[in-house]
Amino acid sequence: MNANTGIIFRIKQYAIHDGPGIRTTVFFKGCPLDCWWCHNPEGIRMTPETCQPAAGSGRKPEILGTRMTVEAVLAAVEKDVIFYDQSGGGVTFSGGEPLMQAEFLFALLDACRQQDIHATVDTSGYAPADIFKRALAKADRVLFDLKLVDDAAHKKFTGVSNDLILSNFRAAQASDKVQVRFPVIPGITDNPENIERLAKLAAVSGKIKRFDLLPYHRTAAAKYQRLGLVDRMNGMAAPTTEQMDMLQDRIARYGFTVRVGG
Amino acid sequence: MNARIAKLREESLRAIPAISGERAELLTDFYAGGAAQKASIPVQRALAFKYILENKHLHIGDGELIVGERGPAPKATPTYPEVCLHTTADLTVFDTREKVPFKAQPQTKETYAQRIIPFWEGKTIREKIFAHMSDQWRAAYQAGIFTEFQEQRSPGHTVLGDKIYKQGFLDFKDQIEAAIGDLDYETDARALDRLEQLQAMSIAAEALIVFAGRHALRCRELESAETDPVRRQELKQMAAICSRVPARAPETFWEALQYYWFVHVGVITELNPWDAFNPGRLDQHLYPFYKKEIEAGSLTVEQARELLCAFWIKFNNHPAPPKVGITSQESNTYVDFALINLGGITRDGRDAVNELTYLILDVIEEMRLLQPSSMVQLSKQNPDRFIKRALKIVKTGFGQPSIFNTDAIVQELVRQGKSVEDARDGGASGCVEAGAFGRECYILTGYFNLPKILEITLHNGMDPRTGGQIGLKTGTADGFADYQALFEAFTAQLRYFVDIKIRGNNVIERINAKYMPVPFLSLLIDDCIANGRDYNDGGARYNTSYIQGVGLGSLTDSLAAIKYHVFDNQTIGMTGLLKALRDDFNGHAQLRQTLLDATPKYGNDNDYADDIMRAIFEVYYQAVNGRPNTKGGRHRILMLPTTSHVYFGSVIGALPDGRLTGVPVSEGISPVQGADRHGPTAVVKSASKMDHIRTGGTLLNQKFIPQVLEDDTGITKLMHLVRSYFRLDGHHIQFNVVSAEILKKAQQAPDDYRDLIVRVAGYSDYFVDLTAELQNEIIRRTEHDGF
Repeated sequence: MNANTGIIFRIKQYAIHDGPGIRTTVFFKGCPLDCWWCHNPEGIRMTPETCQPAAGSGRKPEILGTRMTVEAVLAAVEKDVIFYDQSGGGVTFSGGEPLMQAEFLFALLDACRQQDIHATVDTSGYAPADIFKRALAKADRVLFDLKLVDDAAHKKFTGVSNDLILSNFRAAQASDKVQVRFPVIPGITDNPENIERLAKLAAVSGKIKRFDLLPYHRTAAAKYQRLGLVDRMNGMAAPTTEQMDMLQDRIARYGFTVRVGG
Repeated sequence: MNARIAKLREESLRAIPAISGERAELLTDFYAGGAAQKASIPVQRALAFKYILENKHLHIGDGELIVGERGPAPKATPTYPEVCLHTTADLTVFDTREKVPFKAQPQTKETYAQRIIPFWEGKTIREKIFAHMSDQWRAAYQAGIFTEFQEQRSPGHTVLGDKIYKQGFLDFKDQIEAAIGDLDYETDARALDRLEQLQAMSIAAEALIVFAGRHALRCRELESAETDPVRRQELKQMAAICSRVPARAPETFWEALQYYWFVHVGVITELNPWDAFNPGRLDQHLYPFYKKEIEAGSLTVEQARELLCAFWIKFNNHPAPPKVGITSQESNTYVDFALINLGGITRDGRDAVNELTYLILDVIEEMRLLQPSSMVQLSKQNPDRFIKRALKIVKTGFGQPSIFNTDAIVQELVRQGKSVEDARDGGASGCVEAGAFGRECYILTGYFNLPKILEITLHNGMDPRTGGQIGLKTGTADGFADYQALFEAFTAQLRYFVDIKIRGNNVIERINAKYMPVPFLSLLIDDCIANGRDYNDGGARYNTSYIQGVGLGSLTDSLAAIKYHVFDNQTIGMTGLLKALRDDFNGHAQLRQTLLDATPKYGNDNDYADDIMRAIFEVYYQAVNGRPNTKGGRHRILMLPTTSHVYFGSVIGALPDGRLTGVPVSEGISPVQGADRHGPTAVVKSASKMDHIRTGGTLLNQKFIPQVLEDDTGITKLMHLVRSYFRLDGHHIQFNVVSAEILKKAQQAPDDYRDLIVRVAGYSDYFVDLTAELQNEIIRRTEHDGF
C-alpha cells in the first residue's frame, strides 16, 4: 500500500448524484465486496483490466485502471474548482472501495483540506475500524452504502459478512457527516423487513439526516459483457416510480430527508 | 390556454407557408405608374411603402385580438423584387423543395413572368452587388470561404428600444418637422440629403398611421356585422385601439402590444431585413402598462396572458421570406430570429426581473411556438428562481428560452464604445448578437469558413475541390519547417480572405445606403431623425458590421492533430496525412482512428488544444476587429453559424481531425460533435478560454439526456453550471434536452414526431423539417448524462 499513488479507473466531472453541488467523482479500483447488482463492475478488481469497445464503435480496447499520484488526481480535481465554488460542490472519492487504498485516500483527503476543496467519501463501510474512523475524521462527508441487515443474505449477495460494516456504521452514528445510501434491488434488498431494520438502525442517534435511495438500473449490463464478466442479475427489471415513491414515504417516516438518486 | 387562443394557435400551426405576389405587384404598380420618377430615392421608397400599406389586403382573423398581417393571410409571404428578383424557376423550387417549401400558385408564377420579372430585371440590389464585386471576391464566395448576407435580404439586424411606448408617430412627425426647420444650408453640405431623408421618414410615418386607420375601419365594419355581443365589444375596442396607435403613445397594455405589432409589420413590409424585427426587452417595455392597469383593475392577469398569447401567435404567422441558393443553405429555416429578451438589468444597473417576466415565461411554455424565439438575460443580480423557471421550460425540450450572460453583454458593448446605460438597455438578438437596442445598426455581413482556410493553406492557396488557385501561395505543406511556419501561412491566408470580405462589405454598404434607404426603419432607431440620415447610411447612434466565424472546433482539432502528430511527436508525416485526406481516409482507417481517439481535442479542458483555439481566435479577431465600415462604425467578430456549418462542411474535403469529406463542421464555439468526452464542465472551461468580451457574441450548445433534469436537484445543478460559465464571462449557452435515441426514432418515423423541436444553433426548429445532414449533425453531438 502506497500513500502517494493509487489505482483509479475513472475521473468523472459534472457528477451530480454523488453528494452536494457539482462534483468530480474519483473512482478507486478494487473492492472487497462482490455485489450482484454492482453498477461499476470495472471497480471490483484492483488490477488494470481490458474493456472491449462497444460493438461497432471501431474503437480500440480500453485499459481500465491507471496508477496515479496524489498530485495528478488533485490536478484533475482542481480543474473544476469554479463549479464547486458556485454550487457548493467538491470531490467525491468512490469506487470500488476507496478505503481499500486507505493511505492514498488519506493523502488525498489531506490535500483537499489544504486546498479548501469539499471532500466526500462514498464507502461500503467494509474496512478495519481504525481506517474507517480516520476516513470519517478527514472527510467532510461520508456516503455510507447500507445494503442488507441479514448476514446470510449479505454474504450471499455481496460475498462478505456485514459484521464489520454494521460495527463501523454504529461508530459512525456519533458523526453528523454521514448520510445513508441504500441500493433498491428488486427481490434482494427491497423487502419490507430489511428496509424497516435498516431505517431503525440509521435512526438510532438522530444525527443521520439524509437517507438516499439508489434504484437498480440496467445501464451496467453492457459493461459486464465488455469486461467478460457474468451478470448475475439476469435482466432484472428496474423498480418502478410508484415503488420508489412508496419506499420514499416509508423511510421518511423515520424522520429522514429521503431523495431518490442521491 | 383558453379556447380562443387554442384555436388561433392551431390555425397558425396549420397554415401552409405560401408565396404571395401582392407586395411585388403593388410595388411594381407604384414604380411603373411614374409618380416615383419625380422624387428623390428616399422619398420614392417612402411613397412605395405608403402605396403598399394603403392598398394591401387586410386580414383580421376570427377571434383575433392583435391585428395586422404582412401578407393577405397568415403565412402568405411576400417577395421583395427590388432586393432579390426570383425567377419562375425559383418559384417552382419554393413550391416543390422538400425542406422549407412555400406554395406558389400558377397565377403567381404567371404574374411574375408577365410583369414582375420584366420590370425589375437589372434593377435589383442583388444584381448591383454581384456586378460590383471583384474577381477575388467572387472566387472566394463560390468556393465557400464566406457567405454574403445582403445579397437577398436587406440589412436590419436591429431591435427596437422603448421609444414607441412613450411617443406616437405624430410625435415623430413633429420631431421631423423640427429637424427640417433646423437644417443649415449655409454650412452643412449634406443639408439637402438630410431634407430628402427627413421628408421620406415623415411619409413613412404617415403610412403606418393610415395602415392602422384602415384596420380601425375594418374592425368597425366587422363589429356592425357581428352578432355575438362579446365579440362586438372586442371589435369596438380594437377599432378604438387602432385609431389611437401608432399615431399617439399607448396608454394600455393592449395598445402597447398592438402598437408594436403595427411597427413590426411596417418594418417587414418596407423590406425583408434580417431577423425580421424584434421588440427586445418586452418585459421591461410592457411592465409599466401592466402594473398600472393591474393596480387600477382595468386588466386582469388572465387578460394580459391572453393578449400575450395572441401576440405570440402573430410572430408565428410570419415565416422568414423565402431564400434561394447559398443564402438558403446558410439559413435554412422558416424561423426569422425575432428574439424576445427577458430579465437582465435596468438602465441604472439594477435587477430587471419583474412579475411580468414570469408571466411571459408562462406564455412561452404554454405557446411552445418556434416564433418568436425567446431568451433570458441572466445577470449576477438576477435571482436563482428566475433562471430555474427558465430552465424548467428548457427541460421540456424545445430549446427555448436560450440563456445569455447580461454582465458579459454589457462589457462587450461598452468595449465597443457604447455608453454603459445604452449597453444595459441592450441585449442579444437574432441568434446571439449583442446590441444596443433602439440605437444601433449592427449588421451581420456573412459567415466565414475557418476550416476551409486551413484546407487552402495546406494546398498552397489552391482549393482542392475545384483546383482553382484562389488564395495566396504560402508554400507547400511538406515544406513547413515547424508548426509555427504552418500557422503563419494560415494567418496570411486568413487575412487575405478577410480583406477581400471587408472590401466587399464596404461596397455593399454603399449600395444599400444609396439605392435602398429604409425611411420607416429609420424612424425607429435613434438617432436617425436627429441626424437626418438613413439607417442604412450611418444614421444610427452606433454602427457595427460583423463577420461571423464558423467551424472553430473543427479548425482547432485539425491544427491540434497536425501539431501533435506531425510536428511534436513526428509519428505521422505531412505527406502521408495529405494523402489520407485526399483519399477521404479510404484505406487509412487506422490513421483516422488515431486522429480521432489519440489527439488532444477542444472541449475537454485540455490546454494543448485550447491554446490552439485561443491562437485562432486571436488571429481572426486581429484580422477583423476595428476595421472601419463606411458608416462611421467598425467591423467586429461573432462566433455563430445558423445552418452555415452544414453548407461550409459540404465544400471542405477530409480534415486532419478525422472528419470525412462533406460532413458538417462544428457549430458556434461548441466542440466538434462527439469530440468532447469529459462532460459539460470541461466544455464550459474550454469555451471560456476564449475572450468572449472582445466579441459581439458566441454560441455554445450542449446536449443533455432528459433524465439529468428530471428533478429539482438536476435543475439546480444545471443552474450552477450556467452561473459558473457566466462567472467565466461566457456569452451564451443553450441546451438540447433530448436523447439521440429519440432523434433516431424521429428520423425513422417523421410523422410520429412532427412536434419534436430541437435546438439547432441560435434558434430552434422542428426536427423533421431539418435536412438529413443537419439531423445527423445534431445526433452526433455529445450527450451529457451526469451519472
